Amino acid sequence: MANASVKAPAPPHMRARVHGIDDRSSIVLKTISYIFVSVFSILCLVPFWLLVVASFTAESEIIVSGYAFWPDTISGRAYEILFLSPKKIIGSYVVTIILTAVGTFVGLICTAMTGYALQRPDFVYRNRISLYIYFTTLFSGGVVPFYLLIVVGFGWKDNYLSILVPTILSSWNIILMKNFTRSIPHSITESALIDGANDFVIFLKIILPMSAPSLATVGLFIALGYWNEWYNAMLFLTQKTTYKPLQLFLYEIINKAAALRDSAAQANVPPQDLPGESLKMATAVVATGPIVLVYPFIQRYFIKGITIGAVKG
Amino acid sequence: MNMTQSAKPGTLPVPPKVRKQSGWSGFCKNMRQNKLLLIMCLPAIVFFFIFSYVPMPGIFLAFVDYKYNLGILGIFTSPFVGFKNFEALMANGKIWILTRNTVLYNLVFLTTSNIMQIAVALMLNEIASRWFRKVSQTIMLLPHFISWVVVGVFAGSLLNTDKGIINSLIRASGGEGINFYANPAYWPWILTFVNLWKGIGYGSIVYFAAIMGIDAEIMEAAAIDGANAWQRIRHIMLPLLKNTFIMLLLFSVGGILRGNFGMFYNIVGASNAVLQDSTDIIETFVFRALMNNFNFSQGSAVSLYQSLFGCLLVMASNALVRRLEPDAALF
Repeated sequence: MANASVKAPAPPHMRARVHGIDDRSSIVLKTISYIFVSVFSILCLVPFWLLVVASFTAESEIIVSGYAFWPDTISGRAYEILFLSPKKIIGSYVVTIILTAVGTFVGLICTAMTGYALQRPDFVYRNRISLYIYFTTLFSGGVVPFYLLIVVGFGWKDNYLSILVPTILSSWNIILMKNFTRSIPHSITESALIDGANDFVIFLKIILPMSAPSLATVGLFIALGYWNEWYNAMLFLTQKTTYKPLQLFLYEIINKAAALRDSAAQANVPPQDLPGESLKMATAVVATGPIVLVYPFIQRYFIKGITIGAVKG
Repeated sequence: MNMTQSAKPGTLPVPPKVRKQSGWSGFCKNMRQNKLLLIMCLPAIVFFFIFSYVPMPGIFLAFVDYKYNLGILGIFTSPFVGFKNFEALMANGKIWILTRNTVLYNLVFLTTSNIMQIAVALMLNEIASRWFRKVSQTIMLLPHFISWVVVGVFAGSLLNTDKGIINSLIRASGGEGINFYANPAYWPWILTFVNLWKGIGYGSIVYFAAIMGIDAEIMEAAAIDGANAWQRIRHIMLPLLKNTFIMLLLFSVGGILRGNFGMFYNIVGASNAVLQDSTDIIETFVFRALMNNFNFSQGSAVSLYQSLFGCLLVMASNALVRRLEPDAALF
């Protein structure tokens, strides 16, 4: 971490592309690049396409001829059943949204505070605290003591706190935030100190407003973590919890026949008429939908953030 | 009383670097001067203490014969069995299979994904159309945002023996369907591909940013001197990407004994015993020990082994990098 001599990205006109020079090797390279990048981009989209198509395919067709790129019989039956008794899925949504919002808000503030303090060159304990935090990435007690701590120590089995709290901070995000904040010149902090502002006021009034891109990036990391979280949920939530976070809800629909039967019973559909396969796919679409819809708007900040974080050394 | 006063160096010029004071009075002075900064770190300090440091002594589980109903303190009152848990793992050869799988997968993932990420970053740099580059970058990053549970659904819809699209295509062209979920030989390939699919977009952005940092004048000068596109990549870009590469590699080496549980668990399937020989990694084993077999002690033994070797690996690789390339070292 000691190597972050931050270099500003070169201005656009001096970037490392040489377009004026079109010798033969460049043309070959360009052609390969366009073809490969196009093919790989399509490969990235294909599974999403398959998923959406399968969720709209009639169950009988999936059973007989499997998934397809284009269905012969389009059917909205799976979504109909999913939303016939929407209590469970809406509950899942609400739980996930609340966990994501609270976790991201609290986590981001703590991460930003720590990141700012740890990059202050005049903070005497910065190296010790950095090491204290970094060490947790090197050595850990493993899942078993962690499990005992949450279940026996805190008694958080079937409690949403078991999902919210243990992932609220991550050492990687703090290290990332520290490197981001370092690009704000220390002289700004210094002059504010001379003007009589205290450290917390400086952080709140000066540093936070200047850190919008890095806050957006780290906030996205945290939010994504909560939205996609299923591991702790699987460890700590049992059948007693009615409303599972979205990803666990999906996991159970896919992997547990009981969960599928349960949703059939709720929708008053006899189990043999349940469109199992397309229902799984429809649940996946519903669980992933928000990310894919929000994605085009946030990916800009994300790419920018990774780029700032990456230009080091 | 004057704590806040002295924290506000209104009259004193702020020294460029506050030196640490020694002795008790020095300690008090340090605390006073850094009080607010310390308070700002406090949530993180408390958090890591509770969720990372408190469970650490629990690794002692590896040396006792523990039963779940004994509670937390049972860890330390259970009968001490020394290395028996480790011996059991070694006797049935399980630990070697787990180590082999975890390390090999990580090595393959590391090499393939770094090579592909650098390649894609170089290709993106060749793409002149800004629009095309932005759109393709956006699309390639999309898999990064998807949970492993959903990736598991994707894998199922492609690989399923009866309904999967790959088998449909094979049958349509007159071939015999492949039962992927019963044949361990396919899985190293499948998992490597999935890893690339999910990771290329993210990694290529990191490398692309490093390429953007390269001064265009160097490239132009090389081009004027007659270096063709391949030579420019080989002799200018790749050497300049070396530091980024070393740094990313170093971050990964410590994790070489750490597998991606979400990936293996969701794609291979929770309880597919047929594939275990080629797909069981340390994480999945510990998970089964915890949730299915309630063998907490054996799970902990594997975790301890994993943590200890991971720690040693980071130290060793950091020492090596420090010697070769001091700027790229982590600490």
